[in-house]
Amino acid sequence: MNQQTPVLETVDVTRTFKVGAGVFSRKKILKAVNGVSLTVNKGDVLGLVGESGCGKSTLAKMLLGLLPPNAGDIRFDGDPVMSIDRLELARRVQPIFQDPYSSLNPRKTIFDCIALPLKVHKVGDKSEWTDRVRDIMETVGLSDQYMSAYPSQLSGGQRQRVAIARALIMRPEVVICDEPTSALDVSVQSQILNLLLDLRKDFGLTYVLISHNLAVVEHIATRVAVMYLGRIVEENDTEGIFRNPRHPYTRALLESVLTPEPHLGVPETHLGAEFPNPIDPPQACTFHPRCIHFMKGLCDEIAPRPLVQDDGGMAECHLYDEKYAAKAAATGG
Amino acid sequence: MSVLLEVQDLNVDIPLSSGILHPVQKLTFHVDKGETLCIVGESGCGKSLTSLALMDLLPKRASRTGTKLELAGMNLLTASNREMSDIRGNRMGMIFQEPMSSLNPAFTIGNQMEEAMLRHRDVSRKEARERAIYLLEKVGITGARGRLGQYPHQLSGGLRQRVMIAMTLMCGPDLIIADEPTTALDVTIQAQILLLLKELQREFGMGLILITHDLGVVARMADRVCVMYAGQIVEQGTAEEVFGDPMHPYTRGLIDCIPVPGKTKRGEHLGSIPGMVPSLVGAFQGCHFRDRCPHAHDRCAPDPIHLNWIGEGRGYRCVLSPEETRRAGELEAAE
Repeated sequence: MNQQTPVLETVDVTRTFKVGAGVFSRKKILKAVNGVSLTVNKGDVLGLVGESGCGKSTLAKMLLGLLPPNAGDIRFDGDPVMSIDRLELARRVQPIFQDPYSSLNPRKTIFDCIALPLKVHKVGDKSEWTDRVRDIMETVGLSDQYMSAYPSQLSGGQRQRVAIARALIMRPEVVICDEPTSALDVSVQSQILNLLLDLRKDFGLTYVLISHNLAVVEHIATRVAVMYLGRIVEENDTEGIFRNPRHPYTRALLESVLTPEPHLGVPETHLGAEFPNPIDPPQACTFHPRCIHFMKGLCDEIAPRPLVQDDGGMAECHLYDEKYAAKAAATGG
Repeated sequence: MSVLLEVQDLNVDIPLSSGILHPVQKLTFHVDKGETLCIVGESGCGKSLTSLALMDLLPKRASRTGTKLELAGMNLLTASNREMSDIRGNRMGMIFQEPMSSLNPAFTIGNQMEEAMLRHRDVSRKEARERAIYLLEKVGITGARGRLGQYPHQLSGGLRQRVMIAMTLMCGPDLIIADEPTTALDVTIQAQILLLLKELQREFGMGLILITHDLGVVARMADRVCVMYAGQIVEQGTAEEVFGDPMHPYTRGLIDCIPVPGKTKRGEHLGSIPGMVPSLVGAFQGCHFRDRCPHAHDRCAPDPIHLNWIGEGRGYRCVLSPEETRRAGELEAAE
């Protein structure tokens, strides 16, 4: 492998929201993303996994430059995202959203939907648009007979292909896919995943893939970051995450993947408590109320630090901290 | 085991301006006491209409016909509306996908749970309340007594689904129909809810019909499986049979479509099923899957394809003989 060049980098990025708890009570601070540092290298597929409310979509919005961080830096090719011209950034980073039913304008034809980026960027004239739209539709496997159709006339899978065509028509470098297949049927999901894999190869794309479906992430991602309540609690290459999960939360997530193997039955995830309220997160390690390796007096008092492991992975858990090794051994961790 | 629900040749017809839509065609299956039957299929295959047809909750225009629909000996086909509403929520309960839209936002949890029991049983409100608290604890909700006064919007998605389950259990039903009960939930919560359903089923000996599109859920939950495609059951058998030795090309196609960590090769193409589901308006000739099937030939139309029974409760809807279909499966795997 040659030298890896980072395309997208976040350094200690934090984003908070003010949330009203009621008419008369004071607004509360919700830390949606809390000190996230990530690096996405060129050609990588970074899978971002976590439960709803963990902040993965907020992070995606910041990567797209749609939302400024409160603190920390997001850099694209070394330049701060917020300093890059809005249009320029939109050309180089593009999103694909979950629901192709709501991400396409129902009053516009498929041609208009796909050609919009060309209009916005003032590229060429109408005849060039038609050629480019036809090209990209062929690339994503849509027949050009749909050019004058409306989104409502297309199936879910076809609409997602339109969304992909629109994202790719300006030849972006990075595509942020936010749950690209979770609204689709299994047989359509596999077609879209195959397409994403092909496009990555053909266009040399870099993906950030946000998904709660770990099987999908395992299949496409080269690196995986596990998010819990606004923090990245574990990061590693896909092999490492799935073969040797370190953080107890990652292990619980992997256990809850239901593979089609009838003899295995329904797994017990040991995540007793419900997902905590993000407005009022638990002290220190935010995972401690649900953790089976909870160490009293440690996990609920001292926040764990990111610990780089010898295989290049990172886990944010006291179990891997030499300082507390004795305690971890004593509690059977 | 004794049969709890028996369904024979169940049809649902919906008149449209362009003709009659046949979303459910000649469904025949049964559920034993304490058994889990999974109905699996993609959107539009008729699985949700099947569940509504069983509950007699179909939209007004739709009509339901069949030769047999019996729950524990009661004939549901001839039951009046009055009789059906005595059975619904009492002998058979239903859990829907979105607990927020199936709970009434204007009433407290306690109120709605007690209502279910007061409607069907001769009990006092106090007794109903005690039963509600007992069941909320059973489904793993802490501080059950305090929860009774809460409104649905005050609960998280997972908690709401637990409340839904507890509410369904109020009258101790014989059969629960769960339509995509975990699709709106996170994976970790999904596993918890499924485990809860299994445990409750074991404890109360209920039959469970689980309707889902997720093959993983089916494999882990089902005793027996019905695979539906375009309004028909195309394959049925035990979970081991259907996943270990799938006989219908559609079932094999579906199984090949899903990535399985450790089994499918990372970054390589997954299987796919080309083409689209056919329209079910008007009369349909031959095999519904033939336009998408890699093994389609002249025999697949125009005669209707019947379920090919190859064992007790084990069948598939295809013209290929068991030997031919196994060979076809090997060919697909080699590709």
